[in-house]
Amino acid sequence: MAKRTTYWWNKWTGAAIVILLLVLTPIFTILVKLFDRPGEHWQHIASTLLPSYFGDSILLLLGVGSLTFLIGVSMAWLVSVYDFPGRRYFEWLLILPLAFPSYMMGYSYVGILEYTGPVQAFFRNTLDIHFTGAIIDIMNLPGAIFILSVSLFPYVYVICRASFMRQSTAMQEAALLLGSNRMQMFTKIALPMARPAVAGGIALVGMEVLNDYGTVKYFGVNTFTTGIFRAWFSFGDINTAIYLSAILTVMVLVLIWLENIQRGGRNWNVGRGSSKPAIRIRPQRKGTRGLYTALCLAVLSISFIFPLAQLFYWVSLTWRDVVDAEFGILIFRSFSLAIGSAVAIAVISIFLLYATRLSPLRWTKHIARTASLGYAIPGAVIAVGVMIPMMELDRSIKWAVSDQFGMILSGTLFILVVAYIVRFMAVGYNAIDAGFQKTGASVNEVARSLGASPLRTLWKIDLPLIKNSIAGAVLLAFVDILKELPLTLILRPFNFHTLATKAFDMATNEMIAESANASLVVVLTGVVPIILLNNALSQRHGKAKKTQPRVI
Amino acid sequence: MKTTLRFGLILSLTTLFFACGESPKSKSEEVVNVYTHRHYKADDELFSQFTEETGIKVNIVNASADELIQRLETEGADSKADILITVDAGRLYRAQSKDLLQPVSSEILEANIAPEFREKEGHWYGMTYRARIIAYAKDRVDPEEIKTYEDLTDPKWEDKVLIRSSENIYNQSLLASIILAEGEEKAKAWAEGIVANMARDPKGGDRDQVKAIASGEGDVAVVNTYYIGLLLNDENEEERKAGESVGVIFPNQDGRGTHINISGIGVTKHAPNKENAIALMEFLSEEKAQQTLANVNYEYPINPKAEKASILKTWGDFKTDSVPFSKLGEYNSQAVKIFDEAGWK
Repeated sequence: MAKRTTYWWNKWTGAAIVILLLVLTPIFTILVKLFDRPGEHWQHIASTLLPSYFGDSILLLLGVGSLTFLIGVSMAWLVSVYDFPGRRYFEWLLILPLAFPSYMMGYSYVGILEYTGPVQAFFRNTLDIHFTGAIIDIMNLPGAIFILSVSLFPYVYVICRASFMRQSTAMQEAALLLGSNRMQMFTKIALPMARPAVAGGIALVGMEVLNDYGTVKYFGVNTFTTGIFRAWFSFGDINTAIYLSAILTVMVLVLIWLENIQRGGRNWNVGRGSSKPAIRIRPQRKGTRGLYTALCLAVLSISFIFPLAQLFYWVSLTWRDVVDAEFGILIFRSFSLAIGSAVAIAVISIFLLYATRLSPLRWTKHIARTASLGYAIPGAVIAVGVMIPMMELDRSIKWAVSDQFGMILSGTLFILVVAYIVRFMAVGYNAIDAGFQKTGASVNEVARSLGASPLRTLWKIDLPLIKNSIAGAVLLAFVDILKELPLTLILRPFNFHTLATKAFDMATNEMIAESANASLVVVLTGVVPIILLNNALSQRHGKAKKTQPRVI
Repeated sequence: MKTTLRFGLILSLTTLFFACGESPKSKSEEVVNVYTHRHYKADDELFSQFTEETGIKVNIVNASADELIQRLETEGADSKADILITVDAGRLYRAQSKDLLQPVSSEILEANIAPEFREKEGHWYGMTYRARIIAYAKDRVDPEEIKTYEDLTDPKWEDKVLIRSSENIYNQSLLASIILAEGEEKAKAWAEGIVANMARDPKGGDRDQVKAIASGEGDVAVVNTYYIGLLLNDENEEERKAGESVGVIFPNQDGRGTHINISGIGVTKHAPNKENAIALMEFLSEEKAQQTLANVNYEYPINPKAEKASILKTWGDFKTDSVPFSKLGEYNSQAVKIFDEAGWK
């Protein structure tokens, strides 16, 4: 036994650690640069712009954090506790805003609310009410908070809903019997129990906020990410860009650490097995039920239907000019890049997870987990972190082989694929990990004891068992990559656009209506996996769904 | 399951292959690599016409001029770029002063482009030009009241002036032209006067300033001519209405002339396909291509043989400020400093 352990340590675990180091290189690179000196423009930026980077980033985090908390938790509570007309549809419809990249939501809203948009045009042409001046102006910090909140609240919503559904009905009933009203039941029992879920959801939102580039750039808000772009491209000072990236990375790491601390190792899980399936309360008054439906409909309209309708309107105006063979090539390239990278992520995740399963050493699992760190780091930072070692590598290749090989890695899609892997590793890893955990190690051990090699066992036993998780992982990573903007903007090679960069490019060049075509493809593509995933989830909760609502 | 996995493996391998295969394939294929800040459909049409006529493939990287210049700098001698196109002389000057462009000479270019529209050693050539004019609300403003850029600083326009951010290069070049004509003191007074008269904090692009006039937020705006052309020809009726609500004033006709700026083109220092690059530049300077640029994008053609778009004809001829474009670039940083001091966001 001991001999075999050593043997596998060499082959699988060794290889896993090599992969892991490669994945973590960009993050290490950035952190090491923190000890370097910043560039020549650092003084200027530190004295004039840094305060606004800090200020705007923190205001944005606080604003979006509170608003997503408010919308996410209330919506989750509504659909998991009450029964009202349309509830079953709202359950999954409210996840759809995730398919809408924040920056595209921003373009849509500016289009809806600006002077020539449908709202003001309606008031002007139909009602003859003329707004003078900027009545509805959202291109500012509060506007950015609004846009990011309505597009990111589903992170909080999904995670809270799962938590509320898991909570023991018995406990809630006990609270009601002991004389609490439903508000107290929510504030004293349900919400405290869901605290880790809520915190987790908001932490995710926070990372997305720090990662955003498209929205803040368009709305004229100064965050660290815009600072990185500005230092790099406007001032041409790559060292200062790296330095800003390092500060941002430290901010994110502190965020993760705080989230861990507040969870504080306590076990928040309430015996899952013992709880009865949730019984929903059907409010007696028709008006109340109607109110709940209206609330959900309002949130859904603001976060998805209105901006989507605006996209459709723009597309109807411009598709003749935009949709041609070249647009087809753009979609094809975008999709194949995203699928290829997603598959690469799945393959690496499977490898890492299987290697940790084979290794008898416990800590390998924790190490493998750090492969997911990239998800927390903003795309612009990952891009900088991948760029530096790749250019070094290019230089050595050029020096060692031949001058013919000018920038063979850093100017190509290869570097983009690597960066996607680093950034979105977590998406694939977590989905596949869930699959592995469900199957348990015993099947694997039986196959091994019957003499199958690890590779054969993986191929014949494990992979077929978790194929749904793998498909889910590829799908999720695919959609995330399709939406990605800052990293792609920095690293895309010569003559290469993705749907995301094309939409951004057109929008920043005052061609918003034209940009809607690319946006619409991205949004509609994102809707598909959300519906599929939700179906998979509701099958799991199938029993709970069928129980009759109780009338109180 | 097996097939799914195999399919997946094949897919990822193809992607990697396709990823690495982006590097230059064969030397025999004639290409020209263009880094451009211009983002108009007219350009794409012209590039494919060029390919049809010459067999030279045009590869395009689209990004802001700052990004492109940065990228040229980073890539150094390894750069695959042959041509840099920017929408402003200021950025061409920046590229030239960072030693990213090389001088070229061509009889065709010199015949088609007047000396004032090209750099004297041939580091860059103009492609089109646009005038930075004053748009006014037809129903509220008497155009006779405004003759010059300087008139906009008159206190009677308090809370009425719309103009975009000082980060914008069009504004930087305009201020540079004022520094050159009137000196630093007066230029600063002008910037301060405009800031004092602003209807709102600068935001959005040139189109947004026109729409703000339509909405009544302000009465006058400083914008580039072709944005009005684009608004007047938009698919959206509301945008067209906004465009129709404004009139156009060509300022400083009795003095130095209206400020104009060029969109220009230069061959990069390390261009691997220099001959093709020059061929493309010559192609773009010919009457036919100039006509396309003028008609599709409502810019003024640089080649005098090409005709203006009809909308531009209705505005008539005007006197242009003849300050050399390279001077605008030279005074760019001073302009930025003055903007900062004047509190122009």
